[in-house]
Amino acid sequence: MTTLLSTHGLQAEYGDMRALHGIDFAVEPGETVALIGANGAGKSTLLSAIMGLLPVAVEMVKLDGKPVGGSLPHRMVQSGVAIVPEGRRLFAGMTVEENLQVASEHAAAPRGTAWTKERVYDLFPILREKARTPVENLSGGQQQMVSIGRGLLAQPRVLLCDEISLGLAPRVVREIYDVLPQVTAQGTALVLVEQDVGLAQRASQRLYCLLEGRVTLEGKSSDISRDDISAAYFGASHALD
Amino acid sequence: MHWIEGIVQGVLLGGLYAQYALGMALMFGVMKIVNVTHGDLVILLALIGISLADFTGIGPWGVLTTLVPVGAAIGWLLQRAVLNRVVGNDPLPSLIATFGLSIALQNAMLVVWSADTRSLSGGGLQQASIEIGPLFVGVLPVIVLICATVLTGGLDAVLRFTRYGRSLRAASADVEAAAMVGVNPKAVYAAATAIAVGILGFAATFQAMRSTVAPADGPFQLIYAFEAVIIGGLGSVWGAFTGAMILGISQAIGFRINPGFGILAGHIVFLAVLAIRPQGIFQRKS
Ligand SMILES: Nc1ncnc2c1ncn2[C@@H]1O[C@H](COP(=O)(O)OP(=O)(O)OP(=O)(O)O)[C@@H](O)[C@H]1O
Ligand SMILES: [Mg+2]
Repeated sequence: MTTLLSTHGLQAEYGDMRALHGIDFAVEPGETVALIGANGAGKSTLLSAIMGLLPVAVEMVKLDGKPVGGSLPHRMVQSGVAIVPEGRRLFAGMTVEENLQVASEHAAAPRGTAWTKERVYDLFPILREKARTPVENLSGGQQQMVSIGRGLLAQPRVLLCDEISLGLAPRVVREIYDVLPQVTAQGTALVLVEQDVGLAQRASQRLYCLLEGRVTLEGKSSDISRDDISAAYFGASHALD
Repeated sequence: MHWIEGIVQGVLLGGLYAQYALGMALMFGVMKIVNVTHGDLVILLALIGISLADFTGIGPWGVLTTLVPVGAAIGWLLQRAVLNRVVGNDPLPSLIATFGLSIALQNAMLVVWSADTRSLSGGGLQQASIEIGPLFVGVLPVIVLICATVLTGGLDAVLRFTRYGRSLRAASADVEAAAMVGVNPKAVYAAATAIAVGILGFAATFQAMRSTVAPADGPFQLIYAFEAVIIGGLGSVWGAFTGAMILGISQAIGFRINPGFGILAGHIVFLAVLAIRPQGIFQRKS
């Protein structure tokens, strides 16, 4: 099995400030990988760098083993990488249906069963009712569902999800996480950036922890102990207390 | 009667301003840039059209059907060669770039066409008029108004109901998010500018028929387009149309009060809107 998406010594900067110091990261087809770390650890930056939203060297990101680092975001989408961005980033002034339609109209060529608007509505039935509603009038949870739907309609082979549970009621978080197995069931890989470490561990097969732009822990989610995580999450000095 | 006639004249004049304003509203809406060459492009297209008519003898409709695709090509090129490099969160680079380009374009036109004023012969169309009740209205201004209405409605429909329109609205709302779902922003921008300058092909033909044009006239057209767009509310297509009507009516009524007051009346209404409702008449506060 060839690795679907990987990064190799990935470095990324905002101006003069380096935010990622050589990240090695990989996702296999159909796998769910969690990405945890404190605020400012570089999780969103890693997703942005993969997505081509930040300039990175071409060899630092590979898709199907081919170097694609620094490709423009719309090219990454066409190659099968999609993102559910931090803060949802829906198209204000457009309806739920239109938001979904923009994504399906610019999607990658689907492999296997294509995601359709109907399938997204089956995952999140409330969106069918709200199809004609402008997205700014939705609740936070409903907006998150639109954002995930938009990501799926890009027909990704790997979907990068940035804090999809942030600010949502526990019931809504459960509702959203419950549909994720249906996404991976058809071979789509998931990268889940998640603040809730327990949730991240339960929902994923493998887990990476970032600290200050470096990977401090990597392994099978079910094998990693709480202590390992807190050491990796806060840095070794804190773990000694 | 006097006033009704003024309003009718104003609406007809507004039809021409609407053709200036549509493209500006579109470009501002999606890229948040004001293209300072907007008026110069009207003049450039008009001069190309006049020379074309002189050399080939094609009539005004032949000129129109040539200028629209020529305008679209110029717009596409302008975006690809210049504007795509300066578009971004900071509005200053695009202002500076298009300001410089505007001056260069005016000088280039002066070299090619000299400072003479020219106009396009409409084969008697300019003089034709129809009687509506007690009013006589020119056929040409009515055609201009119909074209403006159809262009506005057509552009609105494109934005609402087509794949391209949705990608443009997505890019206006959040260009980075649009790129994240597969939209190529630079292609959307290039098409927007092509449409904007293509519409100026209509404006140029009608402007050259109803009055005269000279290389230095561009800034006036720019101001009218800008005022119409601001009055209507930045970025809305029907807003720009309505703004153009309000500007046209203000000028026509001002002109009735005192012939020297017409243009100024338009500016005053523009400033009043800016003071009272700076987001424009059609724009909701965000
Ligand atoms: N647009 C930006 N410009 C400058 N610096 C930034 C920008 N975005 C993030 N940073 C910095 O880069 C570092 C990594 O930030 P990033 O947003 O990737 O963290 P994160 O792990 O996603 O955090 P959070 O959990 O708060 O979302 C931080 O130091 C942050 O301040
Ligand atoms: Mg983040």
